[in-house]
Amino acid sequence: MSNPIKAVALISGGLDSMLAAKVVMEQGVHVEGVNFFTGFCVEGHTHAIRKRKGRAPKRNNALWVAEQLGIKLHIIDVIEEYKRILLNPEHGYGQHLNPCLDCKIFMVKKALAWGFMQDNGFDFIVTGEVIGQRPKSQRKDTMPLIAKESGAEDRLLRPLCARNLPPTLPEREGWVDRNALHGFQGRNRKPQIELALRFGFNEWAQPAGGCCFLTDAQYSRKLADLWDAQGHKDYALDDIMLLKVGRHIRPAPHFKLIVGREKGENHYLEGYRRQFTALKPVSHEGPLCLIDGAPSSADISLAARVVARYSQGRNAASVTVAAEQTDGRRQELQVAPFAPTEIPTAWHV
Amino acid sequence: MCETPEVLDARGLLCPLPVIRTQDRIAALAPGTLLDVMATDPGTLQDLPAWCRVHGHELVESAQSGDEIRIRVKIR
Repeated sequence: MSNPIKAVALISGGLDSMLAAKVVMEQGVHVEGVNFFTGFCVEGHTHAIRKRKGRAPKRNNALWVAEQLGIKLHIIDVIEEYKRILLNPEHGYGQHLNPCLDCKIFMVKKALAWGFMQDNGFDFIVTGEVIGQRPKSQRKDTMPLIAKESGAEDRLLRPLCARNLPPTLPEREGWVDRNALHGFQGRNRKPQIELALRFGFNEWAQPAGGCCFLTDAQYSRKLADLWDAQGHKDYALDDIMLLKVGRHIRPAPHFKLIVGREKGENHYLEGYRRQFTALKPVSHEGPLCLIDGAPSSADISLAARVVARYSQGRNAASVTVAAEQTDGRRQELQVAPFAPTEIPTAWHV
Repeated sequence: MCETPEVLDARGLLCPLPVIRTQDRIAALAPGTLLDVMATDPGTLQDLPAWCRVHGHELVESAQSGDEIRIRVKIR
């Protein structure tokens, strides 16, 4: 008996990659999923900072999709390698700091390497790309570029829009029937939703702007601010994690405040308090604030007034704020909370 | 005789890193081995069982004490 045809599907956790995998599974192909963790993924790590009463289900959507499909999902840590893509994207950024085209090339290349290495023995790669779906990476002219630069060439199959593209190896070899693939294009989601319903799916994740924080304007602004403050483009995992949490307020180039906005964020920031000067109101309920940078005593006093403004004592004449340095030194400051109008808009990153 | 489980310390890591570290450790262990994953991210309580289900490993038990989570997996 011959070995079954095997495909590696890039699974983001969104609808399109779920459908793409399902379309080839319906043709008898053995599919396994790969999901790459760049550090910018909206999924996964955000469990720790989710609001308790959020409507979104508390789950990793890529794993959830794998369960719906009944396939294995291999989650791969690409945090370090991904820096090269984000810091110097050959094809540039999209609307924000999203290097979508370089990112897609990188991920297909990684999937190819994973799928064809050692004993994995996969025959082709599947993605949920749709021509015209994304302005930077999913265009008719970028589709062949991704196939070429990733090295996947004609082993890259996009089942949702394959009929708008030249036949690939799996189609030519008869591993999949081209007639059972699709010709979706554009930003209209109706065909995907109809297909999902036809497959019996009645639930799927719909993260606004996709599955990556880099497509978010506010997040990209915070990342650009981080690079400006550092004087060079680089980051550690903790840096990019902290950009996802809290209000970021920069009163001066040499220090920035990260102020928790709710209980979940305060809890998350707690995990970092030994690495930063940390402020917390003690006379009133209020947020935890971390100071990133090298603040002077005057800067800490100013930070305490900001923290007091976001505390339950915002209307009080005075709020007591505890400030703890990284070496364990602790002091209490009696400060007058800033009025909302006293915090310049320009301080908000 | 009780088998002594292998231990993976994933405390302080945020999901999906505890899952990734588990996946990498399991790749090097024989079927039948028990693995105790120690974690602190509450997301691990959802994500690791889901990962076990899709890979066919057995979730033996999970327990939480304060911020500490321990999940025992039997490798299939």
